[in-house]
Amino acid sequence: MLNVNVQYDVAVLGGGNAALCAALTAAERGARVIIVERAPREFRGGNSRHTRNLRCSHAAPTDVLTDAYSEDEFMADLMRVTGGATDQLLARMMVRASADVPRRMCRFGVRFQPPLRGTLHLGRTNAFFLGGGKALMNSAYAAAERLGVRIAYDAEVVGLCIRNGRFESAEVRTPHGTESIRARTVVLAAGGFESNLEWLAEIWGEAASNFIIRGTPYNTGTVLRLMLDAGAEPVGDPSQCHAVAVDARAPKFDGGIVTRLDSVPLGIVVNKHGDRFYDEGEDYWPKRYAIWGRLVAQQPDQIAYSIVDAKAIGRFMPSVFPPIAADSFRDLASTLGVPSGTLSATIERFNAAVRPGTFDHQTLDDCRTEGLVPNKTHWAQRVDTPPFHAYPLRPGITFTYLGVKVDEHARVLIKGDVAENIFAAGEIMAGNILGRGYVAGVGMTIGTVFGDIAGRESSEMAVKTGPP
Amino acid sequence: MTEALTDALRKAEHEMVVCNACRYCEAYCPVFQAMEQRVTFQRADLTYLANLCHNCGECLYACQYAPPHEFNIDVPRTLSRVRVESYESFAWPSFAAVAFRRPWVTTLVALAIGVSISLAAARTFQVRDANFYEVVPHNLMVTLFGAAGLFVAVSLAVGHRRFLAIANPKDPRRSGQDAAYAGRATVDVLTLKHLHATGEDCVDAEEQRRPWRRWLHHCTFYGFALCFASTTVAAIYHLVFGWIAPYAYTSLPVVLGTVGGFGLVVGPAGLLVLDRRRDAALTHTSERSLGVAFLTMLLLTSVTGLLLLVLRERPVMPALLVVHLAIVLALFLTFPYGKFVHGIYRGAALLKFRREEEQFGL
Repeated sequence: MLNVNVQYDVAVLGGGNAALCAALTAAERGARVIIVERAPREFRGGNSRHTRNLRCSHAAPTDVLTDAYSEDEFMADLMRVTGGATDQLLARMMVRASADVPRRMCRFGVRFQPPLRGTLHLGRTNAFFLGGGKALMNSAYAAAERLGVRIAYDAEVVGLCIRNGRFESAEVRTPHGTESIRARTVVLAAGGFESNLEWLAEIWGEAASNFIIRGTPYNTGTVLRLMLDAGAEPVGDPSQCHAVAVDARAPKFDGGIVTRLDSVPLGIVVNKHGDRFYDEGEDYWPKRYAIWGRLVAQQPDQIAYSIVDAKAIGRFMPSVFPPIAADSFRDLASTLGVPSGTLSATIERFNAAVRPGTFDHQTLDDCRTEGLVPNKTHWAQRVDTPPFHAYPLRPGITFTYLGVKVDEHARVLIKGDVAENIFAAGEIMAGNILGRGYVAGVGMTIGTVFGDIAGRESSEMAVKTGPP
Repeated sequence: MTEALTDALRKAEHEMVVCNACRYCEAYCPVFQAMEQRVTFQRADLTYLANLCHNCGECLYACQYAPPHEFNIDVPRTLSRVRVESYESFAWPSFAAVAFRRPWVTTLVALAIGVSISLAAARTFQVRDANFYEVVPHNLMVTLFGAAGLFVAVSLAVGHRRFLAIANPKDPRRSGQDAAYAGRATVDVLTLKHLHATGEDCVDAEEQRRPWRRWLHHCTFYGFALCFASTTVAAIYHLVFGWIAPYAYTSLPVVLGTVGGFGLVVGPAGLLVLDRRRDAALTHTSERSLGVAFLTMLLLTSVTGLLLLVLRERPVMPALLVVHLAIVLALFLTFPYGKFVHGIYRGAALLKFRREEEQFGL
């Protein structure tokens, strides 16, 4: 029961990090807040439950970050990965506010881990949540309960009542039936549409059925679509998503971090016909893993196989699924269902093209092939020592870029006008800053900073509106 | 070499493979830091990791793959099951492994033995003053508990050796650092470091971090240590100085025993309450019942001991003494076959971790 007789000051639609930041900030300022989370309690937290860190600028080492990471450097990284597809005003705001984010989160009981050896060389730029994103969400939800925030789980927004650019109420479907939630303001923090298989199919056609969704199954983009239908201005490329190559044996949804594969730069990758299709050694893996989702998506049946030999075993992060092992190319091909002749020919051609060099996994070494299309430009070693290990790859979607346009107060723009009482935070508006590309931890920073802004602005707006 | 794994070990192996590909929990405790140094998980690795785990519970609530997720990861509970299985496999004599599967039967059998011996040892139930040795002669008491103590020591030592043979097959050669590692591990044990290593205490349920488990364990551990010290001091009084019990309420053995006795009431009683309140998802039932049986025996020991102290000049004293001796004897006999052994294997695992820490530069 959602207590429909109550008029809330702030209705937060969504239950991830951005939603909780908005709810906590608003509740802290005395607003009466409800969180409408589509997932059941066990799977609450949207994609934030799969995250691990956020990116923060800082002028000097802190208890959770090493060295320094200036606003300008952060901004430059953002410009580089987006190729300029960013609202520079909003981006600069976010970068500036990021410095204060760990401290602000700590007031809600969020804990960070000291920078460790294991933090993927990101200890300088990214603050790591102790225990990861689910622990973060547990702390945030506990803080919300302490602050008296009403939390509705299993509650899906199915309709929005917006009149003349003003939010009035939300239709919410719960296990008890559909109810209407009235609130003076609304914060849209319901994520993108990456787990809506029909929507994905509208864009990518049949290929979409072979995509794996790395995160929550609850980001179906209902709120996003309702807003776009209501005339909200879109932002971000509607046909793009962030996708990495994941193990094809991953669960359809919610496989999270463990399904990723780091073996690509150490061997070769072939498609279902047994042909190579891209330079596996183009750059350091952390800089390249994000393009492999699209590369695999472009292959027939959206499947590929990363193949390494005995020399590579133990050189990459252990994978959660066992390798498919064989002692000959023929056996490997038959297990994988790849034409044996082509696979053997591909590997033999590759081996013959490998130039002598000094293998060094830690640097962009001089081990490369010559005369191949495509060549492998680093870490090219002959695939010749059994056992051969293969991992099947599929595109794994992390998030979509399409969102709603906001101003610097996190207010949504509807048909060219600022919507006075509609705010947005998190993935649903991340496209304003991240029009394309990705840099680790920036999604969480956007969610935290704009969640905070939306919480502040919505609670102030609610006070201004006064009692009904 | 791969050996056949039990169901519990197979589940633990699956969980460690998932955890090792995730690593989000690495800042919580040594289990995950030790895990990261491994690629495969055999019985030896899993036994070590299980005994390193303090069952603090943080990693269950932090886990994005915890039930109802299909990966079904519950590291604290799975490792607690592996832990109890490892206790069974190290038991000496080996057939006594069954004792870990039936903690209450074990306790009752030990009590029956304790009562029989204690009754047989009693000379009279009618004494005029607080002279315990009129009821059970001093020499007989020393012989009985000396024999029981020796049996316990041998049994635990064999278990410890068996643990090392599994967890440390290639025992690192002795080095000048050994004393340093042992020192650090001892501090880890005495301070229960990993029940508050992240700066906050471990959890009883999601987001409920409370110091009670740690402090109640301290009450139990140090209460037991003080009682042990009391007995030792009393033995020295008797054998070296010829001072015969009963000692005054202000004497060292009585003060040590009283303070320790109170610790042994508060600690086990509190831990028993905590056991009922703590999230059941955190601990396998086999380990919980071992804990409850052991805590009950400790509580019976301390309560009868304190009663004996208060009523030592009353006619009920001989009967109470017989009951107390029976319980203490039973407690001794269950040491190698119950929760008590966790201290031995946890300590050994912590020592191994302190070595690895240096070896891997953790």
